[in-house]
Amino acid sequence: MTTVHEPRTSPEVGGIGHSVRRKEDDRFIRGAGSYMDDLNLPGMLHMAILRSPVAHATINSIDSSAAMEIEGVLAVVTGEALAAHGLAWMPTLSGDTQAVLATDKVRFQGQEVAAVIATDPYIAHDALSHIDVDYEELEAITTPQQSLATSTLIRDEKEGQTDNVAYTWEAGEQDSTDAAFAAAARVVSLDTHYPRSHPAPLETCGVVADVNSITGQATIYMTSQAPHAIRTVFALVAGLPEEKIRIVTQDIGGGFGNKVPVYPGYVVATAASLLIGKPVKWIESRTENLISTGFARDFHMHAELALDGSNRITAMRAGILSDQGAFFSDAQPTQFRAGLFHICTGSYDFPAAHVTAKGAYTNKAPGGVAYRCSFRVTEASYLIERLVDNAAREVGMDPADFRALNFIREDQFPYLSPTGFVYDSGNYHGAMDKAKEMIGYDGWRDRQAEQNSDPDASKLIGIGVASFTEVVGAGPSRQYDILGLKMFDSAELRIHPTGKAILKLGVQTQGQGHETTFAQIVAEELGIPYSDIKVMYGDTDNTPYGLGTYASRSTPVGGAATAVVSRKIRAKAQKLAAHLLEAAEEDLDWEPGKFTVKGTDQSVTIQDVAFAAYTNHPVGMEAGLEGVTYYDPPNMTYPFGTYIVVVEVDTGDGTWKVLEMVAVDDCGVRINPMIVDGQIAGGLTEGFAKANMQWITFDDDGNCIGSNFMDYLVPTAWETPRYQLGETVTPSPHHPIGAKGVGESATVGSPAAFTNAVIDALWSRGVSNIDMPVLPHRVWGALNGVEVSP
Amino acid sequence: MQITVNINGASETRDVEPRRLLVDFIRSDAGLTGTHIGCDTSSCGACTVLLDGRPVKSCTVLAVQADGSEVKTVEGLAEGGELHPVQAAFKEHHGLQCGFCTPGMMLVGSALLEENPEPTDEEVRWAISGNICRCTGYMNIVTAIQAAGGEGS
Repeated sequence: MTTVHEPRTSPEVGGIGHSVRRKEDDRFIRGAGSYMDDLNLPGMLHMAILRSPVAHATINSIDSSAAMEIEGVLAVVTGEALAAHGLAWMPTLSGDTQAVLATDKVRFQGQEVAAVIATDPYIAHDALSHIDVDYEELEAITTPQQSLATSTLIRDEKEGQTDNVAYTWEAGEQDSTDAAFAAAARVVSLDTHYPRSHPAPLETCGVVADVNSITGQATIYMTSQAPHAIRTVFALVAGLPEEKIRIVTQDIGGGFGNKVPVYPGYVVATAASLLIGKPVKWIESRTENLISTGFARDFHMHAELALDGSNRITAMRAGILSDQGAFFSDAQPTQFRAGLFHICTGSYDFPAAHVTAKGAYTNKAPGGVAYRCSFRVTEASYLIERLVDNAAREVGMDPADFRALNFIREDQFPYLSPTGFVYDSGNYHGAMDKAKEMIGYDGWRDRQAEQNSDPDASKLIGIGVASFTEVVGAGPSRQYDILGLKMFDSAELRIHPTGKAILKLGVQTQGQGHETTFAQIVAEELGIPYSDIKVMYGDTDNTPYGLGTYASRSTPVGGAATAVVSRKIRAKAQKLAAHLLEAAEEDLDWEPGKFTVKGTDQSVTIQDVAFAAYTNHPVGMEAGLEGVTYYDPPNMTYPFGTYIVVVEVDTGDGTWKVLEMVAVDDCGVRINPMIVDGQIAGGLTEGFAKANMQWITFDDDGNCIGSNFMDYLVPTAWETPRYQLGETVTPSPHHPIGAKGVGESATVGSPAAFTNAVIDALWSRGVSNIDMPVLPHRVWGALNGVEVSP
Repeated sequence: MQITVNINGASETRDVEPRRLLVDFIRSDAGLTGTHIGCDTSSCGACTVLLDGRPVKSCTVLAVQADGSEVKTVEGLAEGGELHPVQAAFKEHHGLQCGFCTPGMMLVGSALLEENPEPTDEEVRWAISGNICRCTGYMNIVTAIQAAGGEGS
């Protein structure tokens, strides 16, 4: 059923469906946010990290004596010093190990080699150039193909590692897939590379570690999307008692997956604070951020579709090779080595699929992270949406019609995919129809036919479609854990005597607006105005345990926990109301904020009830009005949508620009439509970025090209297209408020739409693939049949 | 060397190293942390302040170059407790998400509106093209700046 949610509450209460303005903005617009580098503690020292200038080398020696002579330098920490405390290596969130500070070898350019602790950040950075490291260079292995072919072992220190394979994985069923291909009327294939990218939030990573040498209390202020999990990892790695570790995140200046992993800088700063007994601050520079922390993607993909004689898809097979860099430091659920790549069968109904993936170690920065992406869904969605677009053109069908022919129909949900996932709900035809109508699809096709038919046309029109399906909200604890930590999430709600409330979350905002949205969920469930509800997160001493915010899991999991805990409180409130009204519980009607005795005008407000919980509760009932919920979702949620882009490609120079774009998203019930649209507009821009300009490259020696914002291009307002946003609403049937999550949809769905648009323009000129980013020289080369450099 | 910089109407006199960046002078010496650092290469604009009324990237200006000048930071945008129209418009039009680029964006926006109170979409986009936002996709930032202009900034 497709309906737009009408608010049940007044604008003052601000429950679900109200675009109330964000509570957090009041501090941000005054410059009163508190980001990591804004924190200064008394006696605080500053840390700078020395990084490897080469991609692969043996370390013969490190001499830090000259650095130690500089006034203001207190310590130079090396891998050897950390090894004495068992801290030279640490576990990654994907179950691999990663060097904290290099001991034996460096394995990527930018790897952490030593750290200077000084009284001033300028002095700490000065001292780096006075540390003398003797490197003996080794051959750099910079592609996964090279990595699998060579006998050089990148992870020679790792016990039991006999090759350069970081992981292998498969899903689906080979026999039935092979049989379907053997019987196919036509097979369509695509080879493409989803390039290495970096989330590059505007605030880099950082930490202020404050270990009290007398009490042993470690307060670690850290840019983390997952503070509770990090606390546990710190306890396990450093052997610190977990009750003495407190992780505090403060305001986070964007995350996008970059701030999920544990980085060496966090660990070294904490160790330094422990050893010296003073707070230590480390703030990453932009170059450090781009060359050493959480890159994303870098998937080399081959895929095929089998079609029958009536253009129905009958099977898919895909083989993936991912470049993991020197350490497998993704954050992947234990059972999902290639994340949720399963969703590569997309929005389409066919019975057979078989997918294999292999990750290779290389001498590049370790990773990767799921950049604004639910565990590899982005690569999967891109692959299938590129493939169906090419399939449509190969069989001479309109790409929108080909999709409509093959979509899972609305009456097929819940739908079991051939890789074993149960899609909870969807209406793919509805989103497609709306997107086509909004953009005037047929009109654009007519204009395209006219303009592109001229063989001398200098401008070609292309129309790109993508109908993505995501799988988000990890996840049900029987399947989803990170390092054994189950992926439930939590909410604790306390209603104060005056009817105001405090909500404490296990999830972690990085700009998504949780202080507003989560208050709106409580407002919806209890009728307490959203402005009366303080939302807390990001302080492990003062919030319930949760796995944090990434993979669009805040609303599906943390939002569900918030609704459920609110309902628990409402159940107790009803008992209190019955006591106050001298009526039976079952004789009370509820509307947001008020209990009324059926058939009368006798009522009490939630505020009256809250006061009574502390001043007039009945004998035999506990005082207070509060609760906590740990929500274990029964299934993932499956947001979807259709994006259509019209581009104009200049055949002379290969540039392309967006003439019009429509994005129709269905993320279930929208809690705050303004915030949802903001998430989508931001996500579309990151999708455009990857299709148009944004990638990290390396030369043959493993030097990172793209180590600053002059070389790693991210879009400014000038390049960024304008978007028209539309919606359909198909509530998740298993989520307490029917919401599905939206933070990543647009980044998942849009890269294929942009790329398909350019291919659509060039198809009649014989072009069937250009890898992202679709750079002008690549377009020009493809148009002119000229091999160009990457 | 000793310098005096007027920041948001208050005089700050300090001995600084010649190499000290203006952004560090503002953040660490004057203690005004609303000005952010995003890139170190004058690419992102998070550190934008107004130097004698003109937007500059304070990570690429030496503190000594600002000697005797007036600097306005985000903390100086509101006057007498009253929000600057650009500040109000950023909240009203959802022109910010994580808030890290916001001070720089608002200062550039306010400077643009001083010269051109009714800028077109293109004019706003050109003006803020030295400032990177990773969250919003810019649409609402452009709308907010235009709306602030419409309020007679």
